[in-house]
Amino acid sequence: MLERARRTLARIGHNFIDQVWRVGAMARFFVILMAASGTSLRRFRLVMREVYFSGVLSLIIIVVSGLFVGMVLGLQGYETLQTYGAQESVGVLVALSLLRELGPVVAGLLFASRAGSAITAEIGLMKATEQLTAMDMMAVSPMSRVIAPRFWAGVISMPLLAAIFSAMGVFGGFVVSVVILGVDGGTFWSQMQSAVDFRYDVVNGVIKSFVFGIAVTVIATFEGFDAPPTAEGVSGATTRTVVSSSLVILALDLVLTALMLRGDR
Amino acid sequence: MERTTIDLWFGAFVLAGFAALLVLALKVGNLGADNARATYRIEARFDNIGGLKVRAPVRSSGVLVGRVADIRFDNERFQATVVLALDARYGFPKDTSASILTSGLLGEQYVGLDAGGDDKKLAEGDRITITQSAVVLERLIGQFLFNKAQEDGAKK
Repeated sequence: MLERARRTLARIGHNFIDQVWRVGAMARFFVILMAASGTSLRRFRLVMREVYFSGVLSLIIIVVSGLFVGMVLGLQGYETLQTYGAQESVGVLVALSLLRELGPVVAGLLFASRAGSAITAEIGLMKATEQLTAMDMMAVSPMSRVIAPRFWAGVISMPLLAAIFSAMGVFGGFVVSVVILGVDGGTFWSQMQSAVDFRYDVVNGVIKSFVFGIAVTVIATFEGFDAPPTAEGVSGATTRTVVSSSLVILALDLVLTALMLRGDR
Repeated sequence: MERTTIDLWFGAFVLAGFAALLVLALKVGNLGADNARATYRIEARFDNIGGLKVRAPVRSSGVLVGRVADIRFDNERFQATVVLALDARYGFPKDTSASILTSGLLGEQYVGLDAGGDDKKLAEGDRITITQSAVVLERLIGQFLFNKAQEDGAKK
């Protein structure tokens, strides 16, 4: 009995220390990544290639889910606002919730599961098949040839994807509420325009998605680089990427929102 | 420099992203429509501003003519000082009155301007002297009850 409790406690402690170790290793990884970035930014073709894989190929899922999220927001908002006779405000509801929260967060979650997992699996497999070691042997730094381009591609893609998501969402909300449910189009846009502030809604959303892009790609590249070189290790690392970057996105979102919201608006 | 398909896709993706940002800024956020115009600032003191907020609209005859630029508490007169940034295209007489109104029953609060008959116009830094505070529902109900009780007392 006592032995069992001791063992459980030891396992919890071991896991905790392991997590702390990972956070520290990730921070060191980030510093090395920054130092190795110069070469890959000078050879921008490498970054562009990765933008194609993680950004352009994510476009379809981003566009389609943006449309659907906007449509659902339009439907639900119309249903509730109608009770108060304020169905024209549905544009405000759709635009503000997309720009402030749903755009960056949902696009970030989709990006983590669509592009982040692919990055981890690719780097993990490169490590398992000793391609990274081979590069090292040829005096090519895997950090600046493999990791840094993927990182910068994510940082570039994420804000653009979030903006596309929000724009598609607003369009979806417009289609549902104005075209299908018959809300007046003029009031829809004018109420939205008087409620949305460029600096406090649009720019803050872009800042959020930028931060999420950094977080997701650092986690994805680190997990791939750190994965045990076995089939099991790579699959575990891919799962960890999706889980921890989703959690980090949600936690960072809370912190950023608390920092950005002002009481007087 | 040789051209590849990747270049094309990268360009298209970045263009699409910036186009989305532009749409959000111009169509959704209305950037440049009311920030770019020249404004002049006038002040108005109110006993009670209710739920008025910075950037709330200033309307005259229902038309948007400016925005609330700043709200301060004047610690000498114990009143609220509201700074209004009015569109330079519109001029108002010196004896214009300002009141805090509510759009709809539960809507946002805004400042309504009623033009007076003076020949001189309000200029930068002037103060509107005739103001009417926001209607506070609790006070209105209190007044109503008070009047009702007075009426009942007079009847007896």
